[in-house]
Parts: sequence; C-alpha cells; structure tokens
Amino acid sequence: MAKKLLTGNEAIAQGAYEADVSVATGYPGTPSTEILENVSKLYGDIYCEWSPNEKVAFEAAVGASTTGARAMTTMKLVGLNVAADPLMTLSYTGVNGGFIAVVADDPGMNSSQDEQDTRLFAHFAKVPVLEPSDSQEAKDFMKAGFELSEQFNTPVILRTTTTVSHSRGVVETADRVKLDRPHSFKKDPQRYVPIPAFARGMRVRLEERVEKLSEAASKSALNRVEWNENGDRGLGIVTSSAAYLFVKEVFPEANVLKLGWCYPFPDQLLLDFSNAVEQVVVIEELEDFVELHMRTLGLKPFGKKIGGEPLVPKYGPLDVDVLKKVRATLAANPATAKYFPNDAAPAPQTALPELPTLPNRPPVLCPGCPHRGLFYALGKFKTVVAGDIGCYSLGVAPPLNCMDTILCMGGGITVAHGMDCAKNDTPVVGVMGDSTFFHSGMTGLMDIVYNKGKSTIVVLDNRITAMTGHQDNPGTGKTISGDETFAADIAEIAKAMGMKNVVTVNPRKLDETSAALKTAIESDEPWLIIAKEPCPLAYRKKLEHGVRVNQDKCKKCGSCLKLGCPAIERNAEKVVSINDSLCVACGLCMQVCKFGALEQFDLKSSKGGLV
Amino acid sequence: MTANENMNVVLVGVGGQGILLASAIVATAALDSGYDVKTNEIHGMAQRGGSVLAQVRYGKKVYSPLVPKGTATVLASLEKTEAIRYVDYLAPDGLAVISDQIIVPVTVSSGAATYPDLDEAALRKIFPRLAYVHAVDRAIELGNARAANVILLGSLSTKLDLTDDAWQNAIKKCVKPQFVDLNLKAFYLGRELAQNA
Repeated sequence: MAKKLLTGNEAIAQGAYEADVSVATGYPGTPSTEILENVSKLYGDIYCEWSPNEKVAFEAAVGASTTGARAMTTMKLVGLNVAADPLMTLSYTGVNGGFIAVVADDPGMNSSQDEQDTRLFAHFAKVPVLEPSDSQEAKDFMKAGFELSEQFNTPVILRTTTTVSHSRGVVETADRVKLDRPHSFKKDPQRYVPIPAFARGMRVRLEERVEKLSEAASKSALNRVEWNENGDRGLGIVTSSAAYLFVKEVFPEANVLKLGWCYPFPDQLLLDFSNAVEQVVVIEELEDFVELHMRTLGLKPFGKKIGGEPLVPKYGPLDVDVLKKVRATLAANPATAKYFPNDAAPAPQTALPELPTLPNRPPVLCPGCPHRGLFYALGKFKTVVAGDIGCYSLGVAPPLNCMDTILCMGGGITVAHGMDCAKNDTPVVGVMGDSTFFHSGMTGLMDIVYNKGKSTIVVLDNRITAMTGHQDNPGTGKTISGDETFAADIAEIAKAMGMKNVVTVNPRKLDETSAALKTAIESDEPWLIIAKEPCPLAYRKKLEHGVRVNQDKCKKCGSCLKLGCPAIERNAEKVVSINDSLCVACGLCMQVCKFGALEQFDLKSSKGGLV
Repeated sequence: MTANENMNVVLVGVGGQGILLASAIVATAALDSGYDVKTNEIHGMAQRGGSVLAQVRYGKKVYSPLVPKGTATVLASLEKTEAIRYVDYLAPDGLAVISDQIIVPVTVSSGAATYPDLDEAALRKIFPRLAYVHAVDRAIELGNARAANVILLGSLSTKLDLTDDAWQNAIKKCVKPQFVDLNLKAFYLGRELAQNA
C-alpha cells in the first residue's frame, strides 16, 4: 500500500497490474495514449503492444481472453469506431479471461475530430460501461471491471474522459494478486463460433445477460447514493464521470446518485432514487444517455432542458463554472427555485479592466518539422489536398494553407481517390503519415492500384507516430518496449501491391520534393511519393550548425515567413531574426530566400553559440 | 483556508518552459503536507508551441481537478501574454506572478497578429497585485536560463501555506539530483523577489 499522485491514465495502468492483466494492446490516441505506455514501462512482465490499428489491437486482446488470460485494449473515442466490428460480435460470444476495452472520450474536442459519447456504443453493443470520476476510481474500476467481465462472461468498456485521464489525484495502490491460472483455449464452437445456427442462441443469451447485468448494476457498489446529511429529500442529482466532482462542489446540499456503472441501466436504483426525492436533475457530460432512459421508465427528470429552456449543455466539457450556470438556471426556474432558498440573484458583473487583444498561440508544426517542406512545395501547385489525422493536420493553418479535407484515419488516400473517380477539375493529392498508412492507408492504396486510379499520394514518413507523443509503429523497427524488430518498408509494400511509380524524397530538399510532385501531379498514373525524414523532436541530434540572418542582404520581403516556422521571428520594424533556442538548422529558410540572406554558421566556432 | 475551501494555483506559459515541473513541485509539496491534491495539465498539442495551462488544487478534500474561474490564489505565468489569456482564473484578491519573458507566436511573426505593448505599468492595470519578475535574466545569473520556472515557483510560494521543509523536499523529489542546488537557489531567489508583492 502506498499513496501516489497519479493521472487517471497512470491509475488505469496500475489497476491493470493489480488485477494481473496478462496482455495489453492498443493504438495511440489522445487522451488514452499514456495508459499503455505506463503498463509497458512499469510492469515489464505484462505483454504489451502497439498494434497497427484499434481493430487489430482489440482482436488480439480478444484472442488472449479466450485462453483464460485477462486482457485489455486501449484507444481513443474514434478508435472504437475502427474496432466496432469485433466489439459487436464479442458481446455475443462473450469472454473467458476478463476483457476490458478502455476508451477515452474527449469532451471539448481538445485533440479529436468529433465528440462522440462512448456510452452509446456500449448500449449499441449491449456491454457494460464503467465510468470512473477520478484517478482512485480509475484504478479501482479496472479491478472491478475484470471481475464483472468474468462473472457475467461479458466484455466491459471502461470509459474515461480527457479530464479523468489527464488529471492527477491521490491513489492508494495495492499489491498485485496473481491469478496463477492456466492459459488454455478450450474448444467450444457453440460458444466461440457465431455461425447463424449458434449465433441465434447467443443472441438470446445476450438479452438474458443484459437483464442480469441491469439487476446487478442496481445493487453494485460502483453505483452509490450520497444522501443530504440533514434528511432533506428535495433535490436529487443523477450524475457520473467527472461531472460528479463538479456536482459535489456546486450542489453540496443535493442528494446525489453517483453512477459508476450506468449501462446496462440500473433500473431499480434509478426508480428507487427518483421516488425518494421530490425532483431529479440529471447532470451528465455530452449525451442525454441516462436521462432519456429514465424517461422510458416513466420518470420526469430535468436534464438537458428544464421546461423549454436549455439546462445542462449537450456538448463541450462540464466544469464547476458550467455547473454554476446550471445552478443559477435551476434557482431562477419556478419549478426548482424552492430547492435554492438561499441563492442570491447573480451579482452584476464587475467591469474587468480593459484587456489588450492577444495574439493567438495555435499549435504549429515544430521548427525543423519535415512536413513543412512538403507542404511548402505542394502549396506551389494548384491542387486539392485530401488530408488525414496526425501532426500534418496542422498543415491546414496559415501560412501553409495546404489541407482541404480531413475525414478519418485512412481518408487521405481514399478521399483523394474518390475525387479522382469523379474526375474533379483540379488535380488531387492525398497525404497521410507513416503510422496512419500502416493503420488504414494500405487498403486504400491497394484500391487505387486495383481499380486503375490516378491519384498522387504522399506518405509523410517521419519515422514515428508523432502527434500522440512519439510512439513506435510497424515502420520504426522498435516495439513498445524498445525491442528491435523488422521495420516495414512503405515503398516495398506499395510495390508489392502493384504500385509502379514509387519515389522517396527528402522533404527538407525543396527542389527534389517539387520535382517529384510535378511529375506525379502531371501524370495520368497513380504515384506514391514517400517524403521521408525523421521527426526532429523524436530523434534529437546534437546541432553542429545554426542559421542567422545577414541583415545586409535581407530585403525584408517576408518570403521566409511563408514557411510558418516558429524559429523565424520578425519585429515591428520588419527585421527578421532566427531564434537560436528553437532553430534546428533544417535549412528550409535558406532555400526559400532569394537573396542569400539566411546563412548557416558553425556553432562550435561561433562566439556565444549554443552547442 | 477554511475546511471546505481549496487552495487553487494556476501556472501558464508556452510548451517547453517547464510549467509542468513547477506544477509537479507544488502538488508534491502539498501531498507531503498531508493535503488531498488534484492537478490537471493540458497535454498533447502543447508540445507544438501552443499555450500550456497547469492547475493544482489542494485542501482537506478536493473534488474538481479544474480550478473554477475567479478563485486562483495565485496565477503564475512564464510569458506575458499568457498571463492575460488566463486572467479570469485569478481571485479578486489573488496574486499574479509574471515573468517578463516574451515568446512571439507564429501568428505575430507571420504578420497576422500583433504582440501587445506590455510593460510593468500596463500589467499592473490588469493585475493590481503583481510580482513582476525578470525570471530569465535572474536564472542566467544563477547559471542556467531554464531555472526561470523555479524562480517563479519561489515567488508564488509566498502566497501558499506550505512549509519550507515541504518545498525543499518536493524540489529534491522532482528535479534531477545534479540540478537540486541550482533549483533551491532559484526557489529562494524567487521568494525574495516576491516578498513585497
């Protein structure tokens, strides 16, 4: 036993360890990435892997579970879309060793393309979903989830959110309880082989299981009621996940039904709680998941609305400030005002001092990022660019302005192909990263070759899964634990698929990159350009050179600023300078300057240079 | 701090300035002092030059890891515009500790936006209780520009009810052994600089 300050993600890893997980898989995705990294780093005897995508990760964990091992898989919200196929059928076949899919939602879309609520997926697949509110629960719910999974022969989803995953809290850790069970697959086709004849039986058992789970959820310690200490049974709040924490601060007097296990819905508990209080308000982040179900039970809670008025937002993250507004709305509404007798009308806002207009500080491609050279070169052509998910999504921002669509992982290739199929009047280029190529780009590329497409595809191969914090992938030659392994070769894969025109360029060399793009864009055949250069953040090199501006030669034309490099600065007098602490001397600006004003210098011999 | 109240600390800056280390030291000092502690950090995109927000709350019992607006006992910023970006976190009587450093965002160097004129007097109009610290210059005097974050930490510590021992131990736990002496010096220098704020 020890008290540690852990993030939700670290606590999930600790819970997996204490529950004696044998196999842990996943694909990186904010805010879930650090779970698997921690399992791998801290607990060496658990088998861990970064899989090429979430579907592969999910299925590998299912395989482990069928042998009797406890298994888990981790992903972000949209990752579950990719793994939806095995999820939907796993709920039919059930599990052997405990199985948890940890899915991290991102209310507020801090680094996601949508805001889907994984609880609805759990409902769709008919599997239990657990929602910890803080780090201690994140750890405890992992252990409870494995027990639940084995007791009811069901996969379990543990749903976290950005707030839960990335906040730290005090966690009491415990020792691992070794299971010491044999991992031995027992043949049982009626259980594991959902051909229609067997699947129909599974379907019936699934409904029976949901019923039993609903009954168990009503009695489970994962769901609890915190009564008002003075016996006031006026207002009752149903809540879950991090919203519970905010409810406790903003409604300290309320009776609270805290749901840690909200689906299969604990019907009896919802009915009992609602009957014990005068008025229920449901405060849940994102969808009106529990609220809608309560209506089917004949209950009349307030939630997303009170009367016709908006109450709890249906999108965006909740926090104390949002719930203070919810409280003010309740206090002002005739239906609920009596529960807030001491709430003063909101004080008129005191005038804030006048604030200067602040420049935005958006995330940008790093100094030396190889994607910058590719986008700069591509920007010189009149094309439509179908983009994808990764650091290179930042290519959409000015001054590069070089991305026209993003759909999903893999969409960079397939959306470009579709535009070409429709004979778009402007040439089309599809771009995606190396990890995305392995994730779901390969099938799209095969489609282009097979169906005689003509798209120009660029794989931005920076030798790492960068956006999520530098994870290895099938192309890097290393596993999650740092072991050497075979490094998949994107050019060889493409050639094996029948792609004839494959060229590798260094995107930090603009002439070479532009020439390859010109050939490909003007061609009637499909081309694959691999823009290959390691991410300078992941593969740091000791710098030998710096770059400086020769002010005698500089015409202040601003060409170098069109690269959008954070290391190139310009003051109010339009004097350009290089920030030595940021510059990695990639040399791109030297190629862009027509006047030779950007000069490389030797760091070792220069006075005051950083080495 | 009454039984049901939390101490709220907000630290802001730009990716790479050492905000997360400073927040880890606050959290460790509070935990070792027997408090319940929660923290939150903005992850991911921050490494790409975005603004960074770290929050630490401690007290007898902490629910939300996120600091409510208008409640921060202290707002510390390693960059001038970032302090203003998060001004609404500060309590009416809260202390702002601001380093004089400027980090020009790409939106400014590309000409799409301008960096406002912000001298000490301009900041004082926005932050009536202000410790304006030349953290980078002072850190360079100590021998390492990267210690600016811990100078700021020393300054903000003047408003928190944690003991000297707790701070020292937390620094020893959170920084690499070879940097402990430098960071202790930086911490006490920061304290001195904010003594009258």
